[in-house]
Amino acid sequence: MVRHSFDRELEQLQSLMVKMAGLVEESIENSILALKKQNVELARQVYENDDNIDELESRIEKVCINLIARQQPLAKDLRAISTALKIITDMERIADQAADIAELTIRMAEMKYIKPLIDIPIMADLAKKMVTKAIDSYINQDITLAREVCDGDDEVDDLFSKIVLELINIMKNNPETVEQATDFMFVVKYLERIGDHATNIAEWVVFNVTGSHDHMARKTD
Amino acid sequence: MTNDYRISTKNLNLFYGDLQALKNVSIDVPNNQVTALIGPSGCGKSTFLKTLNRMNDLIPNVTITGEVFFSGLNVYKEYDIVELRKNIGMVFQKPNPFPMTIYDNIAYGPKIHGIKSKSKLDDIVEKSLRDSALWEEVKDRLKQNALGLSGGQQQRLCIARVLAVEPEVVLMDEPTSALDPISTLKIEDLIEDLKKSYTIIIVTHNMQQAARISDITAFFLNGEIVEFGNTNQLFSTPRDKRTEDYITGRFG
Repeated sequence: MVRHSFDRELEQLQSLMVKMAGLVEESIENSILALKKQNVELARQVYENDDNIDELESRIEKVCINLIARQQPLAKDLRAISTALKIITDMERIADQAADIAELTIRMAEMKYIKPLIDIPIMADLAKKMVTKAIDSYINQDITLAREVCDGDDEVDDLFSKIVLELINIMKNNPETVEQATDFMFVVKYLERIGDHATNIAEWVVFNVTGSHDHMARKTD
Repeated sequence: MTNDYRISTKNLNLFYGDLQALKNVSIDVPNNQVTALIGPSGCGKSTFLKTLNRMNDLIPNVTITGEVFFSGLNVYKEYDIVELRKNIGMVFQKPNPFPMTIYDNIAYGPKIHGIKSKSKLDDIVEKSLRDSALWEEVKDRLKQNALGLSGGQQQRLCIARVLAVEPEVVLMDEPTSALDPISTLKIEDLIEDLKKSYTIIIVTHNMQQAARISDITAFFLNGEIVEFGNTNQLFSTPRDKRTEDYITGRFG
């Protein structure tokens, strides 16, 4: 081993990635909890946490660009750095969508929900699990786990279609629900996107380990 | 052998006395591409380069087994060495212009190969200097001594001198290691241009240089080729762990 300072910098990059991943997981967890419990305080916390995640994203970006400029990384080092650069974009988007859900939660806080939340929390849990698995697969470089993430995306997509149909029917039957039903429509769309970003992360983990980047999500819809 | 690979080796072995410097090297070098040879000091890459135009003939106690083909003919059995070296030119690590004028440096080779016409020689000198991206810098001082040029200019002059005899292949042995970064980039640009007309094989210690300029890379270790393939692939996802360790600087 002859590149001590480079290895140290790569380790520092990795620990920043773990830190960002932790914050993103916390965001999505809290945004779902806040939605379920109509907890404005928690939703606000998610909203404010988003700035920290954005800052961390730019910090990681700088670290990666500096490493490329100064160390001319190749092979697995280059893959690790490009994977980090790609993944932080997905993590940042996941956090954004968690913040968007939090914002809708704040908006709906004073209203009684038009229906008991059953499928939405199930979908939210699935999306959250995808994110957790994607992040774990990144941290442990576990491509079996990464592939599981991609499989999970189908379930999330199916629930998305199911809930959208249900919301449309509620709106048809009672036009007064349109406003809130539309908000829920956004919530499920954000959850569906979170699943997609988790899939992206998992695909980059596979690239990082194997060197080939395949789109593994279902391509039928 | 197909026409796509004018240079090929088969089970090439080379010994300096008892020391085996090349072990069963078999490769096909694609035409009109830049092939880079990389590897740690003493790995055999320069030795390999020199087998292609028989530069090792001058070294005592060298034994070579196996075959080197150029245009389908065995270079050790079926070629006249003067003819071989006309077709496979070489540029060395340190620029080595002859102590004569810039013009005479270039005209020297064509004259030896029998060209006497002044106007024809003038044309060759101009074309070679243009092709080596040196013409604009020296066209007003062709009659001055070549040793007055800068290192980078001298190296491009040496490249022009090789081009003047219209080779098919140009071998380069660390051609920029004695040059400053700007001259290095000029030579690298030049190599990119030259591959349209020539097949180029370059030995370089500078891995980034190999990554920048070559199409194909061969990684040598202890006299063997560990990996030989597309440069993009070799530098992004090497197949062999030893290649990975070498290019990422985790060697040994």
